[in-house]
Amino acid sequence: MSQWEVVIGLETHAQLKTQSKIFSGASTAFGAEPNAQACAVDIALPGVLPVLNREAVVCAIKFGLAVGATVAPRSIFARKNYFYPDLPKGYQISQFEIPVVSGGGLTIQLEGPSTSSGQARTKFVHLTRAHLEEDAGKSLHEDFHGKTGIDLNRAGTPLLEIVSEPDMSSAVEAVAYAKALHALVQWIGICDGNMQEGSFRCDANVSVRRPGAPLGTRREIKNLNSFRFLEQAINYEIQWQINEIEEGRKIQQATVLFDPDTGETRAMRSKEDAQDYRYFPDPDLLPLEIKADWIADVKAGLPELPEAMKARFEADYGLSAYDAAGLTTSLATARYFETVVGSVGKAGAKPAANWVMGEVAARLNKEGLDIDAAPVTAAQLAGVIARILDNTISNKIARDVFEALWNGEGQDADSIIEAKGLKQITDSGAIEKIIDEVLAANQKSVEEFRAGKDKAFNALVGQAMKATKGKANPQQVNDLLKAKLAS
Amino acid sequence: MKMINASLKDLSAALAAKQVSAVELSGLFLDRIEKFNPAYNAFVTVDRAKTLAQAAEMDARRAAGETGPLLGIPLAHKDIFCTEGWLTTCGSKMLNNFVSPYDATVVTKLKQAGMVTLGKVNMDEFAMGSSNETSHYGSVKNPWDVNRVPGGSSGGSAASIAARLAPAVTGTDTGGSIRQPASLCGLTGLKPTYGVVSRYGMIAFASSLDQAGPMAKSAEDCALLLNAMAGFDERDSTSLQRDTEDYGRDLVKPLAGLRIGLPKEFFGPGMDDDVRAAVEAALDQYRKLGATTVEVSLPNSGLSVPAYYVIAPAEASSNLSRFDGVRYGHRAAEYSDLGDMYAKSRAQGFGAEVKRRILIGAYVLSHGYYDAYYLKAQKIRRLIANDFSEAFKVCDVIAGPASPSVAFKFGEKSADPVQMYLSDIYTISTNLAGLPGMSLPCGFGKDNMPVGLQLIGPWFGEAKMLGAAHQYQLATDWHTRAPEGLL
Repeated sequence: MSQWEVVIGLETHAQLKTQSKIFSGASTAFGAEPNAQACAVDIALPGVLPVLNREAVVCAIKFGLAVGATVAPRSIFARKNYFYPDLPKGYQISQFEIPVVSGGGLTIQLEGPSTSSGQARTKFVHLTRAHLEEDAGKSLHEDFHGKTGIDLNRAGTPLLEIVSEPDMSSAVEAVAYAKALHALVQWIGICDGNMQEGSFRCDANVSVRRPGAPLGTRREIKNLNSFRFLEQAINYEIQWQINEIEEGRKIQQATVLFDPDTGETRAMRSKEDAQDYRYFPDPDLLPLEIKADWIADVKAGLPELPEAMKARFEADYGLSAYDAAGLTTSLATARYFETVVGSVGKAGAKPAANWVMGEVAARLNKEGLDIDAAPVTAAQLAGVIARILDNTISNKIARDVFEALWNGEGQDADSIIEAKGLKQITDSGAIEKIIDEVLAANQKSVEEFRAGKDKAFNALVGQAMKATKGKANPQQVNDLLKAKLAS
Repeated sequence: MKMINASLKDLSAALAAKQVSAVELSGLFLDRIEKFNPAYNAFVTVDRAKTLAQAAEMDARRAAGETGPLLGIPLAHKDIFCTEGWLTTCGSKMLNNFVSPYDATVVTKLKQAGMVTLGKVNMDEFAMGSSNETSHYGSVKNPWDVNRVPGGSSGGSAASIAARLAPAVTGTDTGGSIRQPASLCGLTGLKPTYGVVSRYGMIAFASSLDQAGPMAKSAEDCALLLNAMAGFDERDSTSLQRDTEDYGRDLVKPLAGLRIGLPKEFFGPGMDDDVRAAVEAALDQYRKLGATTVEVSLPNSGLSVPAYYVIAPAEASSNLSRFDGVRYGHRAAEYSDLGDMYAKSRAQGFGAEVKRRILIGAYVLSHGYYDAYYLKAQKIRRLIANDFSEAFKVCDVIAGPASPSVAFKFGEKSADPVQMYLSDIYTISTNLAGLPGMSLPCGFGKDNMPVGLQLIGPWFGEAKMLGAAHQYQLATDWHTRAPEGLL
């Protein structure tokens, strides 16, 4: 691969989280009976007219602010003309020459070894533009006995099409970018990110070239609705293009589809039959004017952005870049973490980070839950961590308490500790007594220890902990055992 | 009082005085339609039961205490307005089965004002034509001479007033479609400033030029109708948010001091002598009434026809894409696949003139031609608007002919589209500039055919224009004339 350079740009369609459609009052809720959410405007009855939903514009402004882009003071809606049964007007209202958002970009985290200074590897992906447009309906080819069914519920759903510069050079980078974008649009609350329902889907423009050569001809892979497919499709496409060129063929510009069953891409249409969309400004809609005070209003309502929050976590809580990045993968995670820290104090930030990214994340992942739906609330987790910090329970017992909370066995850590008698034994007299019993019952281990086998010490600690059902303060056990053996 | 020749004001008084009920009045006109329409073909759809039920409703509203200048008065709608429960054909075979499930805003507003729908009147197909010869439902005959055209596209509207089949009608004007037929049929018709009347529910021809307006016997009637039709509509983004105004407020204003601008370009060669004589006589009358005339210039008006025939077809080609046979309207009985269904349905559903304009429109918007045609035409449009702004610095209204000739004979221009297009040479520039314009009867030309005087106002100059027209009509009786044998 090293003799080939890969160039990838992504076009992403994010469905905006508005109550109603972009140019009509019909609901955007997913899953209704076919055509139950298509009003006169969506069906494109004769005489109907579009009226822009300002909420969709707010979403675009939020995005523009979040990626440091320019929000156009005046942008234009244009008609993209083509015929298709699920495109009721015979044209899609989109933005062409002047989009609402231009420029900006976002930083993506790359896997692999950190830099020499210990920083995670990152890359800044530039954005070309983001524009507002309406979605089409759906053509249903099954269940209609050779005919095609048309469901226009989705017609007119607001989309933000986000176009990146061709800044990515591998499928892994493309996926990292898509994931960062996916997290960001959810973070700022403009998209629910549900990829299965089509709320977030990517088209990938892929080309290859010899290092230093001009850009190769690109092919566009359409409608990738999972990160896995995105990666598979790009990797297949890269290899296919390289093979073509190496076998002496030229790449033809084309639009291709990815077939998840075969893992292959295949051409849908070539440049020759590329359509002329006859774009022109939509005379039914006035230019979209966005004044500075509107942008200021939206800005005031925008949550702290992930990059800023990550920096603050590092500075305020002394967390590593790795931890801070992990905690800011979603706004919900970050808020959960901050609620915990708010309760246990800054001293508990590191344990809080460990718990959120460790136990909590693992359980959520296992059960396929979002952190908003976590059975253990941030306040409950804070209760557990507080008891670790004040030595009421050990880390190990804490995991049992967490488990009990997760299973709904109690209201808070304290009641579970109380009910199950999990309180740590810190009375050194009591621990000493137990250690004496353990030493008496494990003479063999004592001798081994004295013969220089350090492992035997751990076995003795284990026995003491076992005898107290894990409740003895591990540090105290260690200290007292060392003292006894030394005497 | 002869109801069929009465002004709306007189009809209103008769209704208020219970000299006639709304049911009786509608019945009277329905009888006339039944008797005379076969000769003129002005009405496409008449539904006696529906009309009388609506009239009864208006009588009930009056009985319940409601009053209003239009309550109980019948009117016919151009078949371009969606009318709930009525066939709405737009003059096309494409919509020969389309019963609208909703009312256009104009229809709703006139119903609210108490007007009774008398039926739907004929028009050039999709409002594309100047003679009513392009209607799928047959051409409309000019009541002044059934061998001549009534003008177009609102030819059915004009003929129904001229033949006294309706006391009032709605029309639409994209390039002269209210004013030219008003001129050719000897009645008063007004195209308001773009954005004054909602376009919602009015089947779009060229969105940036289309404007609905009233047609009736007199300026006074038009003012009453416009009061009911005008107003901001949140469902039309291009409708203007302005304070409600009384368009009849200047009716009683004397003409002394009114400055009438006479564009030299409107009085050059191209205007028939009989038209010129009638227009000059009208201007003399104005001067007699105290107005002054001043020569002005609209140097770019010669470009208005070519610019219009780029912009209007461009918008039309896109607006008419929704007529694809998928959801409503004509669908070919037999087809082999999707593309074939589109091709056959549209080939069968649209007439020759509509197809010509779709082709022109698609061509001027296509890649590589857009700048040379569409963009250039838009620039010319601005120049034309600037010309008017300059002219209105030295005058209050502009006057000239509405049409270069009196009504022509069937077939006279239909073989030569360019000759046909030139019949709108004096009206098109106001649409391009978004200005209000009207035509009022000012005498008769050769073969005793009516001649119309066009008045053009500055933006929102409707009241001023109507005042100037009414003062003229107080001093003349051209507007009360009707074809022989009808009264």
